[in-house]
Amino acid sequence: MPSSNDWINNPLGVVEEMFVQSNSNPEWEAKVLEYFKGKLKEKQAYSWIPSLNDVPLHYLKPNSLVKFRCLVQDMFDPEFYMGVYETIDPSTKAKVLRFGKYKDVTECGVDLNSRNTVTAERQTFYCVPIPGETLWEAFLNHSHTYARSSQARVVPSTSYIPSRQKRSYEEDDEMDTQPQKQREPHTGGSPQLHANGDSKRQETEAPSGQTTSPSNASSPLDLNFPLPGERGPACLVKVYEDLDSFKLNDMLEVYGILSVNPLLSVLSSLLDPTESMETPEEQRAHDPPASLVPRLHMLHARPLQHNNPLLCMFIYVVSSFMVEMASVRAEFLAYLTHILLGDGLAAEYLLLHLISSVYARRDVLPLGKFTLNLSGCPPNSSFTESLHQVIQELVPCTYRLSMTLHNMNSLRLVPRKDYVANRLVSGALQLARNTSLVLDETRLEQGQLDASGVQNITALGNLISWQKVDYDFNYHQMEFPCNINVFVTSEGRSLLPSDCQVPLQPQVTPPNLEEYLSTVHKAQLTSQINKFRVYLSVAQTLDYSISDEVTKAVEDDFVDMRKDDPQSVSAEDLHRMLVVARLLSLSLGQTSLSREGWMRAKHIDMLRRTRSQPQTTVNGNEP
Amino acid sequence: MSSPTSTPGGRKRNRNDIPATPGSIGSTSPPSQRRRGQDSSNADLPAMPTSPATDIASPTVHDTSLFSSPRRSVLPSEVDMSSPLMYGTPSSRVEGTPRSGARGTPARQRPDLGSVRKAPQVDLHSEPPSADGAVASEPSVGQKLVIWGTDVNVGTCKEKFQRFLQRFIDPTSNEDENAGLDLNEPLYMQKLEEISVVGEPVLNVNCGHVQSFDADLYRQLICYPQEVIPTFDMAVNELFFERFPDSILEHQIQVRPYNALKTRNMRSLNPEDIDQMITISGMVIRTSQLIPEMQEAFFQCQVCAFSTRVEVDRGRIAEPAVCRHCNTTHSLALIHNRSAFSDKQMIKVQESPDDMPAGQTPHTTVVYAHNDLVDKVQPGDRINITGIYRAVPMRENPRQSNVKSVYKTHIDAIHFRKTDEKRLHGLDEEADQKLFTEERVKTLKELAAKPDVYERLSSALAPSIYEHEDIKKGILLQLFGGTRKDFSQTGRGNFRAEVNILLCGDPGTSKSQLLQYVFNLVPRGQYTSGKGSSAVGLTAYVMKDPETKQLVLQTGALVLSDNGICCIDEFDKMSESTRSVLHEVMEQQTLSIAKAGIICQLNARTSVLAAANPVESQWNPKKTTIENIQLPHTLLSRFDLIFLMLDPQDEAYDRRLAHHLVSLYYQSEEQIEEELLDMAVLKDYIAYARTYINPRLNEEASQALIEAYVDMRKIGSGRGMVSAYPRQLESLIRLAEAHAKVRFSDKVETIDVEEAKRLHREALKQSATDPRTGFVDISILTTGMSATARKRKEEVAQALKKMIQSKGKTPAMKYQQLFDDLRGQSEAAITKDMFEEALRALADEDYLTVTGKTVRLL
Repeated sequence: MPSSNDWINNPLGVVEEMFVQSNSNPEWEAKVLEYFKGKLKEKQAYSWIPSLNDVPLHYLKPNSLVKFRCLVQDMFDPEFYMGVYETIDPSTKAKVLRFGKYKDVTECGVDLNSRNTVTAERQTFYCVPIPGETLWEAFLNHSHTYARSSQARVVPSTSYIPSRQKRSYEEDDEMDTQPQKQREPHTGGSPQLHANGDSKRQETEAPSGQTTSPSNASSPLDLNFPLPGERGPACLVKVYEDLDSFKLNDMLEVYGILSVNPLLSVLSSLLDPTESMETPEEQRAHDPPASLVPRLHMLHARPLQHNNPLLCMFIYVVSSFMVEMASVRAEFLAYLTHILLGDGLAAEYLLLHLISSVYARRDVLPLGKFTLNLSGCPPNSSFTESLHQVIQELVPCTYRLSMTLHNMNSLRLVPRKDYVANRLVSGALQLARNTSLVLDETRLEQGQLDASGVQNITALGNLISWQKVDYDFNYHQMEFPCNINVFVTSEGRSLLPSDCQVPLQPQVTPPNLEEYLSTVHKAQLTSQINKFRVYLSVAQTLDYSISDEVTKAVEDDFVDMRKDDPQSVSAEDLHRMLVVARLLSLSLGQTSLSREGWMRAKHIDMLRRTRSQPQTTVNGNEP
Repeated sequence: MSSPTSTPGGRKRNRNDIPATPGSIGSTSPPSQRRRGQDSSNADLPAMPTSPATDIASPTVHDTSLFSSPRRSVLPSEVDMSSPLMYGTPSSRVEGTPRSGARGTPARQRPDLGSVRKAPQVDLHSEPPSADGAVASEPSVGQKLVIWGTDVNVGTCKEKFQRFLQRFIDPTSNEDENAGLDLNEPLYMQKLEEISVVGEPVLNVNCGHVQSFDADLYRQLICYPQEVIPTFDMAVNELFFERFPDSILEHQIQVRPYNALKTRNMRSLNPEDIDQMITISGMVIRTSQLIPEMQEAFFQCQVCAFSTRVEVDRGRIAEPAVCRHCNTTHSLALIHNRSAFSDKQMIKVQESPDDMPAGQTPHTTVVYAHNDLVDKVQPGDRINITGIYRAVPMRENPRQSNVKSVYKTHIDAIHFRKTDEKRLHGLDEEADQKLFTEERVKTLKELAAKPDVYERLSSALAPSIYEHEDIKKGILLQLFGGTRKDFSQTGRGNFRAEVNILLCGDPGTSKSQLLQYVFNLVPRGQYTSGKGSSAVGLTAYVMKDPETKQLVLQTGALVLSDNGICCIDEFDKMSESTRSVLHEVMEQQTLSIAKAGIICQLNARTSVLAAANPVESQWNPKKTTIENIQLPHTLLSRFDLIFLMLDPQDEAYDRRLAHHLVSLYYQSEEQIEEELLDMAVLKDYIAYARTYINPRLNEEASQALIEAYVDMRKIGSGRGMVSAYPRQLESLIRLAEAHAKVRFSDKVETIDVEEAKRLHREALKQSATDPRTGFVDISILTTGMSATARKRKEEVAQALKKMIQSKGKTPAMKYQQLFDDLRGQSEAAITKDMFEEALRALADEDYLTVTGKTVRLL
């Protein structure tokens, strides 16, 4: 059996071994999967494997096992490939059976006429890093990988500084041999045997391609990231098993064999363009150069419920953390109150909003969503921006959409199918679950919305009301359910629908808003911020129930409220209060609703309503 | 192999190939199947080979190519023609035989079947083909001779197919293509007759028919289409020219099978389907330009003007390096306009949205259309394609020893069938033949047999919305719809079968949610908001294509939801002009367009489900429906049912509502599902009823309807009002029919009428009650004003007149003063509106005029 490093550094060797042992018994495929699954279960195994998210591509060894935390942005058509095939040695005429699984390119001398050829099916997913991943997350993941995975590092140097500019001389040296290995067709044995002279030239190619493409806006290759200004590696993930279990916009941690074989791009360019069935655009989208978009042959994938690295790492905390919930909540609330200029109620609602999540759907109705509209934000100030920065520090994924007229008219929010290139062109609303989307309506000015602007606003409205985005497939629309926390900051009541509107009532009026916020912000210790981060993720994933007894109490309460004044409470209000009650309980770490919880929910809803009363009557009747 | 010149190499290869015949073929992988065609064409292609001279001259070229080699030596064509291994095209075979009249009708190449026209036949029992064994190429000889690589015996296959053509009768056929044919006569013989008359040499064969006639033949057709279809061609042509020896066709008849039951869904295609015949459905998303594909190249020697033809072999033309006539090397030049080309077009097809599992993107497939199938389909068409599924390995490149291990797949189309064709002609029920398995039909029928099916279904509708039972029932009936009746002969045109419903009521009473639910439930639903849609967006508009300058008709929501339901939210926010287009749609069920030179009438047989908010944000119970929602009564009267969704404000209701909502939030998914019908079952139930059930009124029901109508008229006539119009009677009929559909009953019976009456009354009670008197008054909806209101208006006007007259001769009065006086005089409260109305009424009588703030007497 291969040693522990082998299965990371040379997984194909492991597969090869099993393939040869199997004697063309098709069971070898299951065995391979089992082996890797077993290996990955081992303690710490996850952390040994280098991650494509953090390590630049040119530091990774080709054909080694890597992991990639990503979002499935597009699913290409399934393709047929040679699962098993035979090669003929031109000199000896000896026939050898080989496998094509987990590989892009075959060995030399394929016998296309062999009867032993087995055709199999696989599918390619176009994966991008999770959109809107916040910086703290990237940083944490990063340091984490490097703290523990030095033995798995491709380049066994002693120190690696995350900033990509600085590179030690030693590493540079190592680099030289690196791309050389990519060039080499993997022959089953040790890939390091042959090395020859022209490595210097290649060395300069690979990294330059890597660094220019994401940063350069006018780069010829559009990597199709959902959000503008994103960077990071996109990846073509080849999926072999359980094709139906994956869905668009799934968050995955993919463990697979990295393939950056330059032959790939050579091969496709050699094809006669007139004979190929694909348009040049299509080819570019589906077969980008491997140096820019590496291929990853999936061995195992872990669907991610959340991408909070703190929770992934300290899994043991969850149970003990429950005890602390209430105290962390109090601290967190105090922090948010400071941020929201001393408005405790708004802070309370913001907290509830941050832990909300769609947990079920009843026919068309999504349950658990809690869109918050914070009105009364000071216009023309950096308040909303600073607020977003705070949120950025707290949640794993977030994006702030400044709703300027120009943005609304020009941005592409809804993903659209491009039939010429045969791919799904991403839009800003193609987001992972529980991404926090901050819509800044204070930036909206008077003016004309054009057709696409109207569509964008409608899309936002649909997203908020039904938690779905209708992707544009030109001839028809397709509905994709989503789970995005939308937070609208506005001056007056937002023009978008919302579940709950809270007017901000600042208790303090600092002369310099920016300075005030940054001091509040800096006053928090990193350890405390980390606690908040874990708190949010934990609260979001808790289960929840209502006992029959409390159900009865809630019913009675509702009837009583209606008795006093039928106009004051509607079914809609009950809906909202139930959500608030749920979130309140969860925020305290309680997994079932208590009478007190219900009373408290009623209480804060009442407070909120008295506050927004004058505004609602003005806007109650939309003409 | 009889040809003496065939090399040992070629023969050896053939011998090796033998084990791959019938038994193993079912499971062989595509490349090996492919090889059978390729090998044979190598060995038997007369014009292909290059001369030995070049073999020597440029050995390197051959060494790198896969099938090359010195083996491929010259085969003089005359020898080859006599080779029994050669199975020629129908024409070449037929030509020599006296029994056929096909002579003179040129065969046409079938690029859709690939290059396997010359597949060799192999005797199963004898040794590899040798000169003796191959003599027996005629079926009369007892040996079992099959095409290489398959278990197809040409003779038997031909015979079977001819028998099928001559004998197949399908008395139950209801395909539109068979319209006008005598169903008790052999179907395909009639079609041949049609061909002889019309002269279009294409015979479409339904694979379902073949299957029911001869399952084995069907299996062969599916598994070995490229061998079997040419055999079919041959059989048809023999039969045809025997029957109609004098008919002249453009080319020989080609058989086009369709409706292969193998695959229906693009997603389920897998490597086993390669080289088999499949039928898939999908939507065309892109078509390429026409690609001329060379079938036969024409070369001419520059030295001696000797000409030669080279056929395409797997997409390649082998250029002869040496002129056979004068032996000059590299003297042959390609003459383009004497070469033969065929048309080819690449079509991209995308999975139809209904086939897709949720959360995944649709798959696409490349389809090649050849010859007359080119340009048969346009982007946006929904089609069923029958064709052969191909997988081609990435082409080997001489300079590259590695290959990409991926195959390119495509479908060679044999037959297209548009699924939405009928919508354009549109008389019949929708064309998607939604297939119900017997099991499903059984469960549906069981459900229908339950006495409380109506209640069950209505409660399954939008379970998350609380109560409003009658509204749900109304929507349920709308989903089923009435029976379509055609009175066009008597000049009345179509009677509307669709039920239109308007929901109005307080904001926040989940009207939008109900609409969303319905929109998600029906296959052809459209959802628009009155605020955001223009008349153009609803109907259709004409657009000029910037490239072709062609005018294109773009259809809007109403046309798109033909045969479905168009949900319009915020109906009251719609602009006047937009609403006006609905008049035609909601009664005549058509849309007339006269724009930019295009005049047409489109079908818009859509049910409208609209939701409207009251003008004053809260429903004012003191006002009539019209006053509350401010919609023109002409439009309102076109709704069969108008429901008010009001907050009932009653304790018991509140309690139930609260319970419902709370349980919504904590019940687990399974619990909910146990309680209620699955949405999928509901969908199927509706689809089944809409397709197969067409209830008609029986005698009792007609009587009941007449009585109901007379009763409705009577109610009003007692108070001098008209309380029912023929439109209401039509509504009643539709509702009764829909209710019968719910029961899966072919007859409308009294219970259906009873329910229709009840529901209609409920809706009326809600929407047409005169708030002043408390009576139901249909004239509120039909004229926009209740009879009492009209009477009161009259009274006020008279009182005003009296008052003015009592004041004596004053030619002009102050407006405000007059109003105050009137208010002081009258016992009842008089609003400004009423006062103004009275003034207007008097002005109409030419009694006075109002100018600004003064009132003058005339």
